[in-house]
Amino acid sequence: MPQEALLTMIIQAIIVVVVVLSSFAYLTLLERQLIGRFQARRGPNRAGPFGLMQPLADLGKLTFKEDFVPEGANATIFRLSPLICVIAAVGTLSVIPFGGVHEIGGHTITLYGADLSVGVLFVFAMSSLGFYGLILGGWASGNKYSLLGAARSAAQLVSYEVAMGLSIVGVVMISQSLSLVDIANDQAAHIWYIVYQPIGFIIFMIAAFAETNRTPFDLGEAESELIAGYNLEYGSVKFAMFFLAEYTNMIIVSAIAATLFLGGPDGPFLPGFIWLGIKIAVLLFVFIWVRATVPRLRYDRLMKFGWKVLLPVATANLLLTAVIVGLGFAN
Amino acid sequence: MSTTDPLSAFPLAMEGREAVEGATREGRSLTPTERAIAAVEAYTPAEAAERTLRNEMLADSRPGSRQPLIINMGPNHPSTHGVLRVIVELDGEVVREVVPVVGYLHTGIEKQCENKTWWQAITCVTRMDYLAPFANIHSYVLAVEKLLDMQIPARAEWIRVLLSELNRLASHLVFLGTSGLEMGAMSIFFYCYRERDEVLDMFEMVSGERMNHRYFQVGGCAQDIPEGFLERLTKFLKEMPGRIDEYEALLTNNPIWIDRMKGIGIIPAEQLLGLGVTGPTLRAAGIGLDLRKSEPYSGYEHFQFDVPTEIAGDCYARYLVRVREMRESVKIMQQVIDGLPEGPFISDDRKVVLPPREELAYSMEALIHHFKLVTEGFKVPAGEAYATIESPRGEMGCYVVSDGGPKPYRVHMRDPSFVNLQALRPLAKGGYLADLIAVIASLDPVMGGVDR
Repeated sequence: MPQEALLTMIIQAIIVVVVVLSSFAYLTLLERQLIGRFQARRGPNRAGPFGLMQPLADLGKLTFKEDFVPEGANATIFRLSPLICVIAAVGTLSVIPFGGVHEIGGHTITLYGADLSVGVLFVFAMSSLGFYGLILGGWASGNKYSLLGAARSAAQLVSYEVAMGLSIVGVVMISQSLSLVDIANDQAAHIWYIVYQPIGFIIFMIAAFAETNRTPFDLGEAESELIAGYNLEYGSVKFAMFFLAEYTNMIIVSAIAATLFLGGPDGPFLPGFIWLGIKIAVLLFVFIWVRATVPRLRYDRLMKFGWKVLLPVATANLLLTAVIVGLGFAN
Repeated sequence: MSTTDPLSAFPLAMEGREAVEGATREGRSLTPTERAIAAVEAYTPAEAAERTLRNEMLADSRPGSRQPLIINMGPNHPSTHGVLRVIVELDGEVVREVVPVVGYLHTGIEKQCENKTWWQAITCVTRMDYLAPFANIHSYVLAVEKLLDMQIPARAEWIRVLLSELNRLASHLVFLGTSGLEMGAMSIFFYCYRERDEVLDMFEMVSGERMNHRYFQVGGCAQDIPEGFLERLTKFLKEMPGRIDEYEALLTNNPIWIDRMKGIGIIPAEQLLGLGVTGPTLRAAGIGLDLRKSEPYSGYEHFQFDVPTEIAGDCYARYLVRVREMRESVKIMQQVIDGLPEGPFISDDRKVVLPPREELAYSMEALIHHFKLVTEGFKVPAGEAYATIESPRGEMGCYVVSDGGPKPYRVHMRDPSFVNLQALRPLAKGGYLADLIAVIASLDPVMGGVDR
């Protein structure tokens, strides 16, 4: 029944997008609340109980701001780039396995959008596309600070994508598959890959901070140097979209880390998607914790760290994995 | 020289260029006079040549020509400490030239003082360096007291020391917090401001105001310290070393913090001296000049404390020096509390100091003095005086001139922020844009003091 399949697909997609977008909204609240606690203050608590209406209030505020394009900007690209970010972020969601296959009311429901045979590559392609949003947005703003922010983002992208990619290849070697669903299933059947790939996990997480533009790698929007970097000239809904993309990316990167290294939906007693949610929440907490604690790296040091530390370590890790897999120890 | 030369409208600049060209032709360095003519800022021949090259490069506007990016940072930029404006010439992210522009907070305080009586002027001077209001008044009242040749009661001096040190602590807390913020470490800002707020509350207890106090008076202090203040301060001082340990745990050994600060913003100590830089910036470069030790005032000679110095002279050393100074301030305050002498808090010179309020009820003389002081103010013998103190940022000097009347003829402040800011250009040149922010943070200028 292709019609029924199509319908379930659409419903699934809507559910995933709605869930992730609302968790984006509450992730901002969670972050502000947590950082408030880290910094010996209260965090937002005026709008609703525990500030639960705060995301809505923020959204309302941003929506009613004037949606302007600065005079020196390249208007088309300026308008387009937040969209690129959001589309790339939301598109990545389609390959993340939130759970296994379920039977509900005689319908077969898979808790993932698509089981691509090249899921890992797809994730990478999309996240690199998302960076174009930042780079083009910064460039098209017609502002020198934005331009510097965009240049920094571009440099950051090249230095970190490679190390991140290499850190994942180890996982791919062990599972013998590029499909995220297969990788998750393989871990459920055997053991979480973090046991085989601890170094890979650490490199992936470090690169993830760079990938999502978070402290200590938030150079593109370094507030104290470039004021706001690439999103300096953005306001209103366009700004909210950059924000949405950044936080959605955080959720996605956590989801991928959980899928590749922490067993994905695997866990006892509770349903799979709840286990995945717990794992994502823990990783998100780490993101927020780090933001509250460490200073920002300098631009040249970030590059040096990416090329001279992360890349060699990732390569060594890869070689080691290759030897071990080749000798037939794993699986 | 052709008549279309843009410089031809500026005879001084022409003269300067001719001097530089002449020196280059003859292969000698500029004589001091020529160098002074060459520009308002003294350039070495090498610098002048570099400047010429750059000007040629700027003039080349063909597509593909390599031109520096000129960025205007401030006056409203999040990390220029208020309203400092820095025009930065960037080559990629490398800072090629820094031109600080000041004056956005100019309020004419020095001129205003000339229209106030001697004791009203305190209200003006306290507003200059708004992070160290006690230091401002301290130098001013010391200068006036020098002219009046007054004896200050011991208790008043000790209270002055107490509040000055508390103020130093508060000011360094702001330095630490804002530096953290500028390096991207948010949380330290809130921790520091939590403690600073406690200090400000204590200031309010003493003087009635959180900032811009007019608590020090010519002759002593406006009133005695209130009941309960010393207990509160003791409790705070007991807590403070642990708090400083917390800040250090967060930053001192943090690899990113070290990476951002170590080896950044160094110039030789002689050049710092030549520029007139004082305070923690100078002490971080190995010169242990502290006016509290070298020229003790207000009874600083009674207290045991060290002058922290470092030899590296980079941003990290400045951070270390300030953190250790906070600990020393705590030590000094503890000594003040332990040995605070009893006695009057202000001199009883009725020609200068207001009589106690209750005396007005029965003493005609007191009433007359009060009336004269409030309506006319006290007269200060003609002459000039210069008094310096060690403010949290360095040598805070006050130069006053009196013509014998009830108003100052001239009040001039040597504000350390202004002088220290002169080091920004040599410190930040050649570094990265991010280093420029670190250098501004480590110089810790307060624009209220720079512009006055």
